[in-house]
Amino acid sequence: MQDKLNQDVTIEPGVEMSQYYLSHLKELESEAIYVIREVVAQFENPALLFSGGKDSIVLAYLSRKAFHPAKIPFPLVHIDTGHNFPETMEYRDWLVNELGVRLVVGSVQESIDKGRAKEETGWNASRNALQTVTLLDTIEKNKFDAAMGGARRDEEKARAKERFFSHRDEFGQWDPKNQRPELWNLFNGKKHQGEHFRVFPISNWTEMDVWQYIHMENIPIPKLYYSHEREVIVRDGAILSTSPWLKLKPDEVPTKKIVRFRTCGDMPITGAVESDADTIEKIIAEVAASRKTERGTRADDKRSETAMEDRKKSGYF
Amino acid sequence: MTNQLLRFTTAGSVDDGKSTLIGRLLYDSKSIFEDQLEAVEASSAKKGFDYVDLSLLTDGLKSEREQGITIDVAYRYFATPKRKFIIADTPGHIQYTRNMVTGASTANLALILIDARKGLVEQTFRHSFIASLLKIPHIIVCVNKMDLVDYDEAVYEKIVEEYKGFSSRLEVSDIQFVPISALAGDNVVNRSENMTWYEGATLLHMLESVHIESDHNHIDSRFPVQYVVRPHSKEYHDFRGYAGRVAGGIFRPGDDVVVMPSGFSSKIKTIEFGNEKLEEAFAPMSVTITLEDEIDISRGDIIAKPNNHPKADQDIDLMICWMNQRPVNLNTKFYLRHTTREVKAVLKEIQYKLDINSLEKLDNAEQLQMNDIARIKLRTAQPLLFDSYRKNRITGSVILVDEGTNETVAAGMIV
Ligand SMILES: Nc1nc2c(ncn2[C@@H]2O[C@H](COP(=O)(O)OP(=O)(O)O)[C@@H](O)[C@H]2O)c(=O)[nH]1
Repeated sequence: MQDKLNQDVTIEPGVEMSQYYLSHLKELESEAIYVIREVVAQFENPALLFSGGKDSIVLAYLSRKAFHPAKIPFPLVHIDTGHNFPETMEYRDWLVNELGVRLVVGSVQESIDKGRAKEETGWNASRNALQTVTLLDTIEKNKFDAAMGGARRDEEKARAKERFFSHRDEFGQWDPKNQRPELWNLFNGKKHQGEHFRVFPISNWTEMDVWQYIHMENIPIPKLYYSHEREVIVRDGAILSTSPWLKLKPDEVPTKKIVRFRTCGDMPITGAVESDADTIEKIIAEVAASRKTERGTRADDKRSETAMEDRKKSGYF
Repeated sequence: MTNQLLRFTTAGSVDDGKSTLIGRLLYDSKSIFEDQLEAVEASSAKKGFDYVDLSLLTDGLKSEREQGITIDVAYRYFATPKRKFIIADTPGHIQYTRNMVTGASTANLALILIDARKGLVEQTFRHSFIASLLKIPHIIVCVNKMDLVDYDEAVYEKIVEEYKGFSSRLEVSDIQFVPISALAGDNVVNRSENMTWYEGATLLHMLESVHIESDHNHIDSRFPVQYVVRPHSKEYHDFRGYAGRVAGGIFRPGDDVVVMPSGFSSKIKTIEFGNEKLEEAFAPMSVTITLEDEIDISRGDIIAKPNNHPKADQDIDLMICWMNQRPVNLNTKFYLRHTTREVKAVLKEIQYKLDINSLEKLDNAEQLQMNDIARIKLRTAQPLLFDSYRKNRITGSVILVDEGTNETVAAGMIV
């Protein structure tokens, strides 16, 4: 895998530089790095929530840039649902090694075994909602006072109002009516004992920005995002990968399709799209032409029009 | 991939058509996804509308939907082949000055909506004043609902004249006007066929072409140190880099610099970003600077030039917007955050409050209430390294944080 950070390069001041303005991607990059550095400066024990998805990958990569040549001064935290795509796990372990960073795993299975969380039942059962319990437990156990995540405001209506520095009470809850105003780039990370913050350095990025950035920086991503052949079923219009956790209904017969994933979450509920985009360029072209939001392929948001907001309030990412 | 980013804020009083306008911009620039549109079509039908209510696209949180008003700042994104846009969507409701101030703080441009039937109203003055107070460099005044006044040129011209008369008292150099119908789409993205008398550009065209290259200060070099990078590794044993975001001017390797507040001088050795070595850095670039000499520098210090550095003082004059439910009295203490520095500060004097509708100064104020705009004096525990807000929006802005609740209670612009 090629990776720009492994080469030493000198950038000649080009046309763009001598005009003293940045392209939108460079400006977003600079903003995100500013936020990440601010977190390390303002908090004692921050962490980066790493889901294995492209947004948190970009975040990890930005973190490396922010502190180079020093190592990233905080751990990656993976909330492991136990229902991961094998490709996600393989990538995670490669990245942790590549970055030389500490990995903290919070296990949803463990939360279930301890009776802290209750497994859902039924055809569309998912462990997405259970992540909240494990996440909050992991934050508490490791005494993290700031958890950075790769959420973007363009993903969903409720996220459009999120701050960069999002204050959470002792119960990890978000109160959308009582958010601190956030002005200029002056971030207020002050808190009382037991409270913590969620911080979203790429708040202002869109899905397109993330892909363009991955392209510009040559960032390796899990194979799931590229077109491949996979055994799937089609349920309620969603293309789902077969896996040990997907219970088949009597009339469901797995078939092979050429697909890729636009997000990588909990395996039994993350929908694939039929696609032959096998390069970043093709993915960008596909995203540009696409008429569905990426969350539109996630079964969990469809449950109700305000599903995301309800989960956010209770402490979800 | 090299388009610029334009951040703008929207202001208007309730029902002037702000949500519809934003919906229209997103819709006509094809930034709306099929599933979002389906959801809005379904909601419109459920409400018994015979048209698709584009304002529902920007509808926010559940509680707001129940109340039928927007209560906070929400951010929206769209792109055209020329630019990427970030909209800070702020409410027009009278008691929410603080939200507009919040949205305006990072904006290059403000869209101010006026209902063509109503003309200039109290909120128009208020919002324009806030835009000028926050030094938003560009304003576009959208005269909306032109369809309801028969697309009459005279109505438009009268509003433009009135606005020009009033805005001559404000400090905004770049003001443009456009007659639109957000509902029907006239002059938003597509040229209106109903207003052939209008020869100017469409709103989107204005947004795509307004000159934003000079919005940052590229003259007065300022580099607030955010974090000191010390790898403690064998390979980079002696490496000591100062990480931060350029707040003004241009820095190049070899430049003579002075570090405030210590006053030590040195030369820039390298400017680094990741493992790239840069030839120069300017606002708003995040970089890491290394110096030729080993001097003691920490977070909150500012790297500047020997002949051009920020002021250092403990007595600060500011315009502030009070943003908290609880009023504030003289001698109240706060944490003050400015660039990457935090100091304690005390409210020494309220010189006057400003009536933001008449711009009249009200003397003898002892207390500030939510949404008040006032000129004050603060005394800080250590010197602040600052410029006037007029000179630099980054090194001239502060927030005040309540010592007990930790809430952000005020936004301040250094005079
Ligand atoms: N006729 C007409 N109605 C409009 C126009 N723009 C908005 N409206 C209507 O005015 C009402 C208020 O619009 P909305 O966008 O919700 O206003 P907001 O409170 O400023 O966000 C709605 O019923 C809109 O359909 C316009 O250009 N022409």
